[in-house]
Amino acid sequence: MAGNTTGGGSQPASLATHERRALPAVFTRWWHALRELYARPSSALGTTLVLVFLAMALFGPLIAPYSATEQISGAARQAPSVQHLFGTDHLGRDVFSRVVLGARDILALAGLGTLFAVVIGTLIGLFSAYRGGLTDEVTFRFFDSLLALPALLLALLVLGVVGPSRNSVLVVLVIVYVPIVARVVRSVVLSTKQKGYVEAARLQGESTASIVRRDIFPSVTPALTVEAGLRFSYAIFLVASLGFLGVGVQPPNPDWGLMVSQARPYVSLTPWALYFPAAAIALLVIGVNLAADGLKRVMLPGREV
Amino acid sequence: MTDNNNGSGETLVRVDGLKMYFPITSGVVFQKVKGHIKAVDGLNFSVQRGETLGLVGESGCGKSTTGRAILQLYRPTAGKVYFEDIDLTLMKGEDLRQQRRRMQMIFQDPYASLNPRMTVGSIVGEPLEVHNIAKGPERRERVQELLKVVGLNPYFINRYPHEFSGGQRQRIGVARALAVNPEFIVCDEPISALDVSIQAQVINLLEDLQAQFGLTYLFIAHDLSVVRHISDRIAVMYLGKIVELTDRKELYDTPMHPYTQALLSAVPIPDPRIESQRKRIILEGDVPSPANPPKGCNFSTRCPRVMAVCKEEEPEFRDAGGGHFVACWLYETVPSQYAAQEQVAVAN
Repeated sequence: MAGNTTGGGSQPASLATHERRALPAVFTRWWHALRELYARPSSALGTTLVLVFLAMALFGPLIAPYSATEQISGAARQAPSVQHLFGTDHLGRDVFSRVVLGARDILALAGLGTLFAVVIGTLIGLFSAYRGGLTDEVTFRFFDSLLALPALLLALLVLGVVGPSRNSVLVVLVIVYVPIVARVVRSVVLSTKQKGYVEAARLQGESTASIVRRDIFPSVTPALTVEAGLRFSYAIFLVASLGFLGVGVQPPNPDWGLMVSQARPYVSLTPWALYFPAAAIALLVIGVNLAADGLKRVMLPGREV
Repeated sequence: MTDNNNGSGETLVRVDGLKMYFPITSGVVFQKVKGHIKAVDGLNFSVQRGETLGLVGESGCGKSTTGRAILQLYRPTAGKVYFEDIDLTLMKGEDLRQQRRRMQMIFQDPYASLNPRMTVGSIVGEPLEVHNIAKGPERRERVQELLKVVGLNPYFINRYPHEFSGGQRQRIGVARALAVNPEFIVCDEPISALDVSIQAQVINLLEDLQAQFGLTYLFIAHDLSVVRHISDRIAVMYLGKIVELTDRKELYDTPMHPYTQALLSAVPIPDPRIESQRKRIILEGDVPSPANPPKGCNFSTRCPRVMAVCKEEEPEFRDAGGGHFVACWLYETVPSQYAAQEQVAVAN
């Protein structure tokens, strides 16, 4: 019985091949995900918006007709026109150029902040949940207490300590989002670590690091991707809010939140200087949100909210 | 079938007073323990080198927990597990890792026990690398050899688990367990997730491998006919305790414990004439919660032959003669105060 082989004749061709690489599979998955995103109108809109803003961030200096800080003499407080698409503000700066050039700052800040938060949060979530016990308990109760504070309040507290600057905004994003990401990762790990193949790996004497990397982490990636998308959209909002409150990116940088706050006293004279950056924030947040929502449908089917 | 007692008389695994309690807690950080699920509550038995010890019982009686506690996948609450003369419950870290080469497990669910993102080559070859047995081309060769041993085509090495049927997956699981040349394998209901037509194939494979490599099995199952086929000795579990343990033949010919009798009476006989006359012992009620087991004998709430003493005192698990272990008051001297009550009951 044991001697005879089950199924399959001779396939000498596959014998010589080395073990399959995971990389192409990843690419096809992403390509597949992108096509799925474009299959629904809402997520297609979101993805398009994100791509447009991404292009703005990458090629901003090529698109913008003026520099962000250039005060065009004799052209202050001009309404939108062909010359100045979004008009000019009270200092005579081209609003269109400032909005386009501001995309890079906000996307880079929110993107980097999200990236750091996701990496740190994932590592903490993976190991803490896999090891379990008191350390896990204490870590996550501490995270829970951080989550109890509203994000903006926590952000202001941190900025009050470290002082406003680009790097401080990054620190804030990490502190605010690490607990949330870690919590999502933890929930998946807790269910995965009960699986038979994890027990089998333990029985074979694999090290914790290797079990976490090879057996646990791959099951976390779908939920993590979705969570990263959501965190990114909130991060954009937070960066803009901090800019508006004057504790984030400092003038004269073309930060959208900062532009809104600077244009506020002149809203009756130059409403366009307020509306366009505000609209940019709204569109980007909506776009990322719709795309993240679509991503959720693709990556976590059957768990729609 | 002839009596194929494979036991060598040399004890390989000895379990002494094994208890596995899972705490029921409430509160955060400073948790209060409200009670315990007594999944395994004081087991004593040993497995001899080369034999197959069957462990049967209904769902939730602690069979699988016993297997996992022996392999230290769960750290036992109390009791000792000796592997040869080494106490596994005292080992940890690198020492335990070294010992784990010698004992493996075959899992119930062939779908959950193979990582869907790894190839067969990685799944079976991983332990070879972890324990520095083989690397590179040598590892590949060894994996293909293992696949051949379990009756799979060695060319399957680059495929993923989802490309296989349940029976084939279970063979992969067996190959993985064999990779480190273990002496002892816990088979945790290895065939209950498989189609009936495949079950016999896997059982035969396990038997062949035992003969070929001199393996020792702890075979966990809830199907008495399967256990009868493969086991040398059989232990019957009920609610975290072993109620009866003896040779296969002895157990099926002269079951002593009322629970074993009830279980055996439920096995259908493939002969309509005998089957129609077969008397079944139907157990009433449900299994009590392992968080709150009954006083006295665990089986007293459902036993058709329950006595006054059963509800008060726990029977001792002891040899009733010729290596037939049973925990039941029917085969013990009932303490005098209960004996009197018993007679009154009979008189009435």
